Amino acid sequence: MTSIDQAPAAATAHSPAAGAPLLELDSVACEYKLDGGGRFRAVNGVSLQLGRSEVLGLVGESGCGKSTLAKLICGLEKPADGTVTFDGHPVRALGLKKRAKELLGIQMVFQNPYASLNPRRRIRDQLDDALALNPDGGWTVESLLDAVDLPADSAQRYSHSFSGGQRQRIAIARALAAGPKVLVGDEPIASLDAFLQTRIARMMRDLAIDSGASMIFISHDLSVVRDIADRVAVMEAGRIVEVAPTDQIWNDPQHPYTKKLLAAIPKVDGKGIIPGSD
Amino acid sequence: MSIGTPKQPANAPITEAARRDPVDPGLKRWQIRFPKALRTPLGIVGAGILVLWLIAAIFAPLLAPFDALAQNFPRLSAPNGENLLGTDTLGRDVLTRILVAARTTLPAAVFVVICSALLGSVLGAIAGYFGRAVDEIIMRIADLVFAFPTIILAMVIAAALGPGLKNAIIAILLVSWPSYARVTRSLVMTARGSEYVIAGRLLGFSAGRSLAREIAPNVISPVVVLATLDVGSAILTMAGLSFLSLGAVPPTPDWGAMISEGVSQFAAWWIAFFPGLCILTIVMAFNFIGDSLRDTLDPHTAQEVGETTS
Ligand SMILES: Nc1ncnc2c1ncn2[C@@H]1O[C@H](COP(=O)(O)OP(=O)(O)O)[C@@H](O)[C@H]1O
Ligand SMILES: [Mg+2]
Repeated sequence: MTSIDQAPAAATAHSPAAGAPLLELDSVACEYKLDGGGRFRAVNGVSLQLGRSEVLGLVGESGCGKSTLAKLICGLEKPADGTVTFDGHPVRALGLKKRAKELLGIQMVFQNPYASLNPRRRIRDQLDDALALNPDGGWTVESLLDAVDLPADSAQRYSHSFSGGQRQRIAIARALAAGPKVLVGDEPIASLDAFLQTRIARMMRDLAIDSGASMIFISHDLSVVRDIADRVAVMEAGRIVEVAPTDQIWNDPQHPYTKKLLAAIPKVDGKGIIPGSD
Repeated sequence: MSIGTPKQPANAPITEAARRDPVDPGLKRWQIRFPKALRTPLGIVGAGILVLWLIAAIFAPLLAPFDALAQNFPRLSAPNGENLLGTDTLGRDVLTRILVAARTTLPAAVFVVICSALLGSVLGAIAGYFGRAVDEIIMRIADLVFAFPTIILAMVIAAALGPGLKNAIIAILLVSWPSYARVTRSLVMTARGSEYVIAGRLLGFSAGRSLAREIAPNVISPVVVLATLDVGSAILTMAGLSFLSLGAVPPTPDWGAMISEGVSQFAAWWIAFFPGLCILTIVMAFNFIGDSLRDTLDPHTAQEVGETTS
């Protein structure tokens, strides 16, 4: 993998020792102010590491803090506690300032494909914005569209003429065009038709890995995560309760909550017993 | 790469919304759907009246039968073969003065609306995007202006600055920008949190670029609608100010001033009636057009635009 070649130039100069994780979360917490005046800890004491060219699945039921964690990683929320380090650089909250150059290597694909593209700008313009960050990545608008199986003439169109799945692929192409080292997908397949979910998830994985990036793939659906992730982190009520290689999570879950999640998956694979469901 | 066994036939063919024809080029960046908007009956009527007025204003020197300032005719003569709309207290031709007045009123109203739309939406966008103290300051000033009836505040400002068309324009500008600020602010606040704007920020857009490139194209239509609706009230306010001798200085022809003159000459109804008719038709035209444009906005935005103009 040639992750260094794909990265923005500024980041490569400071690359830490090869053994260090690409992304490291150290007891990160995030609080939301409640209307009543109190505070709610949506993410609490999360420590996680993401290696190079690794796909980490993040699963947990709705409201457990997955999106908040994704925002913390991108600098869209300010940690109440702890630190996020990307490639040796501390991730600072974005605020109103321009995003720091060395953090541009973290890109995100959002859950709602209907909101993630600008309705008044051509697809080409939106892809060009991302390509400008990564002119040496070898991508063109046409090759990006081809990579996500869309016809080249899509570039001239506006988002309203695309279906949800097509929009999500454009959003993936845009994130990819920026030459990310970490691609965060916040339930990117949750609003798609069932038959599309696996396909889009795999497409994301393949494109990320082929371009030398790592990926954090968030989902509440364990079965899709199983298909594409190297490791899985299980989140419950703001905490990571278990992190393990995918096969191990699947075959030998340790935490009761993980077992509960696995038990909730319908038995469709013909392999028989799903561990933890007895 | 050893990952779990796939569960479903994952490479199922894509039937997804059977890739549509790439014919529809969609909305252009700054496009507002004028043609569709003007397909409503009221829109057509409004556009028709407006076109007539534009022709009248542009060709006024050719259409006007006489000199607007010359006092050549019998005073207070009723509409007749020579003075089609009669003459005023100084023996000037009313039709001529109406046509000439249109040449200042219409451009002045459009100008003041464009200026206040620009001023108001820039301030509103800044308030909505940056929030906090900037927002507080801008919107409290806007609230202050809103607290007074428009015409009263415009009167006070115009009176303080002294009569004249320029000062009337400044007065109207100062009282009318807050409605644009309000609408733009709330639209920008909504847009700021949407994923496509955040995606732009993640790509390293500055605040200015984010506002200009991502947000502006999405908030421009409601502002244009509001501005169209506002031309009518700008004309009314301008007429109101000159009615009170706070607008164009005599002997410059002006609809508001003509009505004011006619009020004291009750028997000579034509002096006030025809300028009044002018104001009525042009205000109606802009409101019809604005209303039909508003119908093309999505219901939520339309409601917001409606709230500030009601
Ligand atoms: N802006 C916010 N203000 C207050 N509470 C929030 C906000 N965003 C999320 N939350 C709360 O934080 C918790 C975690 O939310 P989120 O990270 O979106 O969960 P997930 O993505 O796993 O569904 C939820 O209980 C949610 O209600
Ligand atoms: Mg979420």
